[in-house]
Amino acid sequence: MKSFEVNVHHLTRVEGHGNIVVNVKEGRIEELRLEIVESPRFFEMMLKGRRWDEAAAITARICGICALGHTTASVLATEAATGMVPDEETVLLRKLLVHGETIQSHILHLYFLVAPDLLGVGSVIPLAETHPEVVKRALRLKKLANYMCDLLIGRKVHPIAYVPGGFTRWPEKKDFLTVHQALLDAREDLEATVELLAGIPMPDLTRETEYLALKDPKEYALYTGDIASTLGQVSPPHTYRERIQEWVAPHSAAKHVKAQKDAFAVGALARFNVNHAMLRPWAKQVAERIGLRGPSHNPFHNNLAQLVEAVHCYEDAIEIAAELSRRSYRHERQKPVRFGRGVGATEVPRGTLYHDYTYDKDGYILEANCIIPTGQNLANIEKDMEALVTKVIDKPQDEIRHSFEMLVRAYDPCISCATHFLDVRFV
Amino acid sequence: MKPKIGVFSFTSCEGCQLTILNLEDEILALLGHLDIVNFREAIDEKRDDYDIAFVEGSITTPADEEEVKEIRQHAKLVVALGACACIGGVNGMKNRHDLEETRRYVYGEGARHFPTTPTRRVRDVVPVDYEMHGCPIDKKEFLRVASTLLLGQSPRVPNDAICNECKALGNVCMYDKGDYCLGPVTREGCGALCPTYGEVCMGCRGFVDHANLEGMVEAMKAHGMARRDIELRLTQFNALTPVDVGRFFPN
Repeated sequence: MKSFEVNVHHLTRVEGHGNIVVNVKEGRIEELRLEIVESPRFFEMMLKGRRWDEAAAITARICGICALGHTTASVLATEAATGMVPDEETVLLRKLLVHGETIQSHILHLYFLVAPDLLGVGSVIPLAETHPEVVKRALRLKKLANYMCDLLIGRKVHPIAYVPGGFTRWPEKKDFLTVHQALLDAREDLEATVELLAGIPMPDLTRETEYLALKDPKEYALYTGDIASTLGQVSPPHTYRERIQEWVAPHSAAKHVKAQKDAFAVGALARFNVNHAMLRPWAKQVAERIGLRGPSHNPFHNNLAQLVEAVHCYEDAIEIAAELSRRSYRHERQKPVRFGRGVGATEVPRGTLYHDYTYDKDGYILEANCIIPTGQNLANIEKDMEALVTKVIDKPQDEIRHSFEMLVRAYDPCISCATHFLDVRFV
Repeated sequence: MKPKIGVFSFTSCEGCQLTILNLEDEILALLGHLDIVNFREAIDEKRDDYDIAFVEGSITTPADEEEVKEIRQHAKLVVALGACACIGGVNGMKNRHDLEETRRYVYGEGARHFPTTPTRRVRDVVPVDYEMHGCPIDKKEFLRVASTLLLGQSPRVPNDAICNECKALGNVCMYDKGDYCLGPVTREGCGALCPTYGEVCMGCRGFVDHANLEGMVEAMKAHGMARRDIELRLTQFNALTPVDVGRFFPN
């Protein structure tokens, strides 16, 4: 039987610092782990004693890439804890922003972090010379989503006007019209993106697992919803502690998270598997065009699901921007009516994000807890790494190493986010 | 020969390097004038022969300290990026709690695996040639500073208060709207972005040199802000620049 060793120190083209360690001796796995080596930041402690209107601005700083997602989860948690109920327009604008973040994050991942692997280069920079039109298109699409958020709420990293109770400033009608037009203008670029990715075969690795995602009876859930699983069972966000449990993996002191089985996955593929029937028409066509059928148990298909979601968010964003530009509306930010405990659950690009705050009677935080998507995926990534061992064991060393890197990247892990919380623990 | 640059990240959200990657209109032109030889989030290559090191994040672990010292040895110029690197930023809030208790609260029994030191700014550990403020940095400021450095000149660190920019834009003062803003003591350069979008200035760009912080506390107090809330506002990004708020509230 063959032996090999993979040691990737500071994996490149992922967000944050992580190491891959795999040691196989005569066909037996001696060591296998994804190490998280990012410096811990202790946000839960820092949040203690902070006021209700500070939490969103502070937690946005957990992660630059996921800043809008953390803002959303934080605002939802604080609103649940304070009895604030945002009105319809407020929810629509938030959904538009969430679409912006989802498009931007997926595009960044697919073009800058994944495409270099599939096109056989070390980064997007050499692509600027060999495939300039591809890089320019990627930059245009990425800019579109950033531009939407910058115009509507001041900044995407980190959001400014998006606060508990509503917004500190409501965009003007012309801003919605500008966003609408910018979206319409981007259609050709998105079509070309679909064609580019449709032509690239994804590695094959199928391993059955459980997928968790939020679910909404009326739409493809992103902004919020109830917790659902591909193994059944639907329950509201505040039940998250009963739905997912931490456990200690025997091969390391790392704390992992499980639901109904010993590991589960969240993210674009999980959402697609749970909610694909709710996709918008073009997104459905794209899924068919690129051969993505639900449920898929190939982790590399997360890349394809991201593409399908980018198209879905694009279609939905056009409709919301048009709708908001038509409405005569005067925004009024709501005020807290009580202080207690609240849980916010939202779908961020990498999966379900939970924020859970308990406020004292004056509105200062007593306890805070956040469960990060990448933390939820770690156990599942390691299971996939195990499955990959048998698949690549007879290949040359370089190819083996590259396969592991690609597998971890397919999950689009956000290590900055993951390391800041209790639920991710590696020794 | 084109100057070589490296972009490095310590304890932070990585939002400053993301802001560089978000220069969609300029990044290709920028790449024509410099070579990126080390930028883990974006490229595979890792070389140590950079002329300019851009460093984001605070120094909060023994490993951070060792690495930033090494970077200093390789680089001709070190530029600190963003609030975490320049003033401690939100990481500074950690220093308001007992370090051992913090580790146990977040990591329980596993605390011993997570060596952590009090949050430090980059310049508390190695000499820094230029500080680019903000949480995150401002795109335009980055381009201005990068082009100035590429021309071999020294950029200027802005040292006037946000109020200047805010007034020039014609914004209604936050204090007139009944809110409490740190614009009067915070370093300008962001174009008063938060007040323009209806939010107060939280001080993410740090205080101007010789800021009248006592006057700031008195003004917030005069506008009815409670002692605890003044302390919170002053420590959200600037906990490493402590202000004795208590002496303005004698019982």
